Amino acid sequence: MKPAPFEYHRPDTVAEAVTVLAAHGDEAKPLAGGQSLVPMLALRLARFEHLVDVNFVDELVGIDRADGWLRIGAMTRQAAVERDAVVAADAPLLARATPLIGHFQIRNRGTIGGSLAHADPASEYPAVAVALGAEVEIAAAGGSRTVAAADFFLGTWTTALADGELLTAVRLPVWSGRCGFAIEEMARRLGDFALAGAAVAIRLNDADDGVAAAGIGLFGVGPTPVKARRAEAALVAGERHPAEIGRLAMADADPTDDVHATAGYRTRVGAHLVARAVERALAEARGGQR
Amino acid sequence: MSILGNRVVRLEDPRFLTVGGTYVDDVPLDGALFVTYVRSTMAHAVISSIDTAEARVAPGVVAIFTAADVDLAPRPPAIPMLNMAMTRPWLSTDRVRFVGEPVAAVVSETRAAGVDAAELVFVDYEPLPAIVDPESAEQSEVLLFPDVGTNIAMDIGAMMGFSPAPDFFDGCDVVVRQRIVNNRVAPCPMEVRAAAAVWGPDGRLTQWASTQNPNALRDSLAEAYGLEPSQVRVIAPDVGGGFGAKTGLSTEEHLLPWIAKRVDRPVRFVETRTESMLTMGHGRGQTQFVELGGTRDGKVLAWRNVVLQDAGAYPGMGGFLSFMTRLMASGVYVIPKVEFGGKTVVTNTTPTTAYRGAGRPEAAAAIERAMDLFAVEIGMDPAEVRRANLIQKDQFPYATAMGATYDSGDYEQALDLLLDAAGYRALRDEQARRRAEGGTRQLGLGLAVYVEITSPVPGPEFGGVEVTADGKAVVRAGTFSHGQGHATAFAMIVADRLGIALEDIEFVQGDTDLIPTGQGTMGSRSLQTAGVAVAQASTQVADKAREVAANLLEAAPDDVVLDTASGNFHVAGSPTVTRSWSEVAAAAHADGDGLRVDIDFTPEGASFPFGAHLAVVEVDVETGRVELTRFVAVDDSGRILNPLITEGQRHGGIAQGVAQALMEEVRYDEDGNPVTANLADYAMISAAELPSFELVPMETPTPLNELGAKGIGESGTIGATPAVQNAVVDALSHLGVRHVDMPLTAERVWQAIQSAGEKA
Repeated sequence: MKPAPFEYHRPDTVAEAVTVLAAHGDEAKPLAGGQSLVPMLALRLARFEHLVDVNFVDELVGIDRADGWLRIGAMTRQAAVERDAVVAADAPLLARATPLIGHFQIRNRGTIGGSLAHADPASEYPAVAVALGAEVEIAAAGGSRTVAAADFFLGTWTTALADGELLTAVRLPVWSGRCGFAIEEMARRLGDFALAGAAVAIRLNDADDGVAAAGIGLFGVGPTPVKARRAEAALVAGERHPAEIGRLAMADADPTDDVHATAGYRTRVGAHLVARAVERALAEARGGQR
Repeated sequence: MSILGNRVVRLEDPRFLTVGGTYVDDVPLDGALFVTYVRSTMAHAVISSIDTAEARVAPGVVAIFTAADVDLAPRPPAIPMLNMAMTRPWLSTDRVRFVGEPVAAVVSETRAAGVDAAELVFVDYEPLPAIVDPESAEQSEVLLFPDVGTNIAMDIGAMMGFSPAPDFFDGCDVVVRQRIVNNRVAPCPMEVRAAAAVWGPDGRLTQWASTQNPNALRDSLAEAYGLEPSQVRVIAPDVGGGFGAKTGLSTEEHLLPWIAKRVDRPVRFVETRTESMLTMGHGRGQTQFVELGGTRDGKVLAWRNVVLQDAGAYPGMGGFLSFMTRLMASGVYVIPKVEFGGKTVVTNTTPTTAYRGAGRPEAAAAIERAMDLFAVEIGMDPAEVRRANLIQKDQFPYATAMGATYDSGDYEQALDLLLDAAGYRALRDEQARRRAEGGTRQLGLGLAVYVEITSPVPGPEFGGVEVTADGKAVVRAGTFSHGQGHATAFAMIVADRLGIALEDIEFVQGDTDLIPTGQGTMGSRSLQTAGVAVAQASTQVADKAREVAANLLEAAPDDVVLDTASGNFHVAGSPTVTRSWSEVAAAAHADGDGLRVDIDFTPEGASFPFGAHLAVVEVDVETGRVELTRFVAVDDSGRILNPLITEGQRHGGIAQGVAQALMEEVRYDEDGNPVTANLADYAMISAAELPSFELVPMETPTPLNELGAKGIGESGTIGATPAVQNAVVDALSHLGVRHVDMPLTAERVWQAIQSAGEKA
């Protein structure tokens, strides 16, 4: 009613979905949980001739662990991610990020694949994906492919997904060993998109407290989720001063002014949140073997 | 024992919580068309052309109207103190003055067809420079109404003889001065505006409306269309909130009867949330230049407030509200010298309107902020500065310099109750401890002691009680409950006076064919006006019934007693021989003209509720983030009829008051484009941002009416806003911060900390 008119498709399989998507090219859009797309349609900020509702494609739902990776189907609801014991054990950063998404009603509908494909730079899941080094699985009529999260996000609401492609799953590497995870964000209200945020994963050497690996994903501070490579490298190289790590992280960011906050404030708060998250993650990692 | 004063669960809630209410959009209307307004996308522009050709042939479109079609005269402001030459067209004629202004009306078979067709109406605009900042409006060469020659819609200072006295601050040891922005906010009722118009074959107009004052709407429609009020019927079904913004007489709903006549079909209009954010009207929008002088030992001697009120593009209720700010300027204090001046200007923004508190929150915010500035300047605790200047309880009725007469109060007791309940001393100790430690989370305490005016508009209010032949009661009221719980409150009064069970009392409101007169619900007026009328009508119905019962009991009427505990009549001293309400009512209806009394009650004057609020905040000095950790409130609204309802009013009011202080603000870019036109961008508060409120009871009855009741609907917004603002500034005062304008977003607070640090 409020959206511009569109034709509605309801495939039951990935094969059917990608066939419909291929047939309509850039006039078609997959409809997942609808928590971002539907408001944009209602405000007529987005228009598509064809909506391909993938809510009835059962093969897109599920959480599995194999070969050191956690694979989560694109249509797995955020609420399911939030409650899942395997996620809590093998991807604690994802589990901890989930309650920060919207409100529980939104998480009951919202999906992990939808959140990644929507690619709002202020949302949590894309930052978690780049922090952990995730990969997304993409299907199309001509075959499927896998793209690293770091290469997936191209701009605000823009990803490597081509016309006719469907994001089918995300694969998260299981960080094992002496690991710690933390996510920090500043939002105006509970459930709002973040003004700035940082998702941090750290693995320590078994022998000493040196950092073996660090993953830092920033959100709300650029047109895409930002992988804070300089700060990650500094941590591995032995830098421990939180303020310096925060400063380095923001050197990779590219925040802008909007109605909710200035770029300068985002930079300031982003650095602070990185420092706080790194401290927490380090403390957890030092706490013992996971 | 009386039912009054008890926590009676609201009678209306089971329906709302189960099957739901019936709102304008739910009313079945055979053959109704839908009206969609094409709205200006420019803040200020000349319309060079409107092309409706493509839209006219779009599927489902019945008609499209522009200003060229509308043969109704432009309307002057509804309030005569405003510049009456600043008239508003029904649809934009040669120019538009704010984003959202209706330019054309699309009439369609379905809502969807209307939305689609509205996109096909092409309006050519020649942009004009927009005035967004009210402080630039007065001097600007850009005029919203070139023929009028000024952007000033009202000069309250000139009207009220304001002339700043040169010796005003003589004798003061200290004078504090501050420019204070009372930020523009959006009312955001759950139900947006909606209306429907149907002309009957008899030429009578029936209008369904989501309104707070059906009878005023009826009279306004009658005037607009040259009808007798009796030829118009306004029906307000369930209404999902208003907060003052549904007292206005909106252009969109007033045009519906004209459209309905032209298309000869019923028509309906329901705005979207975005439309509501753009056109329902905004609250506050006042910039204040305050000066307060006093002695070093804490006595306030002189208080001056000069305000600039933003009326938005078309002056209306919001432009007038500085009169209320003026009336309440000196708050709860004895101040020897008070001056109030100011102007109202038009800007290329949404017109401002009444919003919960409507002029009084602005008054309280100004003086309560100034009291804190003064306290810091002389190094005195803000609680003690306030105490030193409070009107004393033996001074009531108290006439203020600005012409208000406060009916009753005990402000010092309210302050004492508050400080005790909060553990104020211990909180100050904790604050000192945190400051000494120098950590990132600093504590702030904010006080506001307030008084406000309720039922400010004089005149009668209707209330009626009828006992039907089956011994049940019908209660009617000219007020209009749109969330306030009148069905429960008024039934409690009837039950108390007549001894009829609550479940046997039907509540009627919101249909002008059933309710002949009424001012509606605004200004926290309902209980002290209609409620009193209902009480008096109940008493008179009981008197009538006693006469009937006397016949049945073969006794003299003066000897007959109504036992309200049992709902039975008996002769005094002979309680065993009784007649029930159903017997008496049956006799009254069989033999006489029944048992019905209608009252128009005119209160002696406005009443003045008061209270004291304390906000406790923690401010993260690294990020500026504010967390409200406690909120303690003493609110005295006279005698309490139902604590459950008054606590609900306090909760909602405090939430909205906190919201204005911490997060809500309607904003525009420099071209007048709204940037907070939906609830994602506009940070309406939710329960997650609020602590559980600590409500302290206090009851000082008013002598003005037999219920002893004042109003409670707006107290929360009046006390809470300055309390929270003061708390945040207090948390940072040791860093040199003296004032931060609302809303106190993390960034704004952080900037204030940085600025203070640079100065230090």
